[in-house]
Amino acid sequence: MDASTWVPTRTPPNLLARLFDYKPFLICVCLAPALGLLLVFLTYPLGLGIWLAFTDAEIGRSGSWVGLENFDSLMEDRVFLNAVWFTVFYTAAATVVKFALGLWLALLLNHHIPFKSIIRAIILMPFIVPTVLSAIAFWWIYDPQFSILSYVLVDVLHWRDTYIDFLGTPWAARWSLIAANIWRGIPFVAITLLAGLQTISPALYEAALLDGASPWQRFRFVTTPLLMPILAVVLTFSVLFTFTDFQLVYAITRGGPINSTHLMATLAFQRGIPGSQLGEGAAIAVAMIPFLVLATLLSYFALARRKWQQGPENE
Amino acid sequence: MDEITRRGSLALGAGALATAGLIGARPAGAAIPVADVPAPKQPIEAGATLRVIRPTKFVDPDETIWNANTEKFTKATGVPVRVDFVGWEDLRPQVAVAARTGAGPDVVVGWANDPHLYSDKILDMTELATYLGKKYGGWGALPQKYGKKFGSDTWIALPMGCGGGALVWRKSWVNEAGYSTVPDDLGKFLDLCQKLKKNGHPPGFALGNAVGDGNGTATWLLWAHGGYQVDDKGQVAINRKETIAALKYGAELYKTFIPGTLSWLDPSNNKAYIAEEISLTQNGVSIYFVAKNDPKTAHVAADTEHSRMPGSLNGKAPEAANTLNAMVFKHTKFPNAAKEYLRFMMEAEQYDPWLTKCLGYWAHPLLAFDQSDCWKSDPKIIAYRDAQKMQFWDGYKGPINAAAAAVSSEYVLVQMFAGVASGQQTPEDGVKEAERRLRRIYKS
Repeated sequence: MDASTWVPTRTPPNLLARLFDYKPFLICVCLAPALGLLLVFLTYPLGLGIWLAFTDAEIGRSGSWVGLENFDSLMEDRVFLNAVWFTVFYTAAATVVKFALGLWLALLLNHHIPFKSIIRAIILMPFIVPTVLSAIAFWWIYDPQFSILSYVLVDVLHWRDTYIDFLGTPWAARWSLIAANIWRGIPFVAITLLAGLQTISPALYEAALLDGASPWQRFRFVTTPLLMPILAVVLTFSVLFTFTDFQLVYAITRGGPINSTHLMATLAFQRGIPGSQLGEGAAIAVAMIPFLVLATLLSYFALARRKWQQGPENE
Repeated sequence: MDEITRRGSLALGAGALATAGLIGARPAGAAIPVADVPAPKQPIEAGATLRVIRPTKFVDPDETIWNANTEKFTKATGVPVRVDFVGWEDLRPQVAVAARTGAGPDVVVGWANDPHLYSDKILDMTELATYLGKKYGGWGALPQKYGKKFGSDTWIALPMGCGGGALVWRKSWVNEAGYSTVPDDLGKFLDLCQKLKKNGHPPGFALGNAVGDGNGTATWLLWAHGGYQVDDKGQVAINRKETIAALKYGAELYKTFIPGTLSWLDPSNNKAYIAEEISLTQNGVSIYFVAKNDPKTAHVAADTEHSRMPGSLNGKAPEAANTLNAMVFKHTKFPNAAKEYLRFMMEAEQYDPWLTKCLGYWAHPLLAFDQSDCWKSDPKIIAYRDAQKMQFWDGYKGPINAAAAAVSSEYVLVQMFAGVASGQQTPEDGVKEAERRLRRIYKS
């Protein structure tokens, strides 16, 4: 047989090969692992949590469906309402200060200063230390009898006669916790904003300088709009982290004094795990979802809009 | 199940020999009076292995002696045992998972109420508990409460140790205030505290969300005034005049405290007492031992006395004790090995060294151990010896159940006392708030 008589015959592709050439199938197959992971590790726990919120489950006893009973009861629960209020307040107060100080720090670090890298590394310290450790450090700082701050003010400087009762009254405790959260959160804001600042081309500042822009104008019309996209992302994350904070409060006050510093996360844990009222704990956790979705949407859509970033004339 | 295999009977024989040998030798000093009672027949299953979980150590010997005793058990019976030490607050969720899934540890040394949450999932302990009771002079009142199913004589758990509280006070300062000892009468006790405060040595009781100390303060005040959260049928009974009286007394007493007690967590009173900031508090034996073992604070320990909390009711001190309560899940493949392990750990040869080296942190539940050397080494810790004689319990006077546990872990009573003491609530409002929460927890 020579080559001229050879007729190339294409064997028809078998079923499997055809199946893999079929695009919709291929898409499904490629997506399956990712979807599977999401289902098992994200959707299922979330779904279970939401389902638990509508049952009267306790630890060691699977509950039965009670509808909205958990939420009804929470609506009249002074401790829960107080926790909702404080969570919002805590998040708002801490976020505002974290952003103000974080941005300021980022701007300072963006200048050429000696030992820049070392200073930047030091700034990250509060973020690197495990939260529980820093929480315990703050717990000592705020101790009614052994506070270093009280010691300095009373025994060294003699500015006060009595030790400060940081955690003994509701408002003092609230502000103390917010201060600890701010201390912990600033590095994250500062370093991410610094990264954002570095992406702004120096040419823009030079151009503005040549046009005679004052430092404030340069900040307002060059830095701010270009920083907005990253600001939106950082703000979203910061709000989410702060809103769901747990460790600081749990380690420092456990929600006391008189339940005045409970965050929704700590209250959900306290009721759900040590208190073994799983259903009610889950209901409190579920009640956080609307707030989180709202905060995310607000910061994302509002701040990520082009108009905000580049001015109304730049559609 | 009770099939006796060659290896099993050999192991049992070895165990019996080891035990007999030890009893024959009678280690010097451990003069625990023992009645001659035959041990229950629990032939160890062939190829048995055990997994045990228990709360993590509080003092080092708690872990080392426990492990040494476990090794002894393995040597005597050939049963390998793995012991996991779990964080105090992680224990309950882990036990819950084991109960729910029917897998995991065979033996759980949990907290007082844990076995009661799973009474239908754990093995009956009546035979073993009866044997131990007969051999070692009977069980104390509190372990009986925690060991038996509520309102019955069926044992579902084996209480292993009671971490009691007591009043810890500075003798010289109490004397300086004009009292030779701390009075039991609540009126006089308040007077003492006022005088201590005037002398610059205020008392301090935790009123923050402290699992042990905060709940200790709240239940002491409530019980001393004849109050209780629920009646013996589990009906909420907080809204009574006794509670109001307790709250008013608590508010008066709070005025004498050192500032900051509303934020105190469990270690706070230890720190304040050892630093000589407070003259009087309620605590386990830990304050005393920490002070005693540090030469810098030895003078604090030397000046420290312990006594029962004031305000006894018909001769009953208003205290409970943190109890280690052991149980065996029905899902274990080796129920006899598990029970044998618990029996082995409770026998004087193993139990007494553990008790003694832990410095009495976990006081014995079996009355014969009153004679242990542990309590002869230092007369100042006698108050802790009697933890098992307390007649109040977590959730008094109601059943020991999940609701009782929830009340203490949600600090319902602590918040009631803290709210009224700080002047944020009137006693009436405080009681109503607590009543609402209690009704919700007890579903009544």
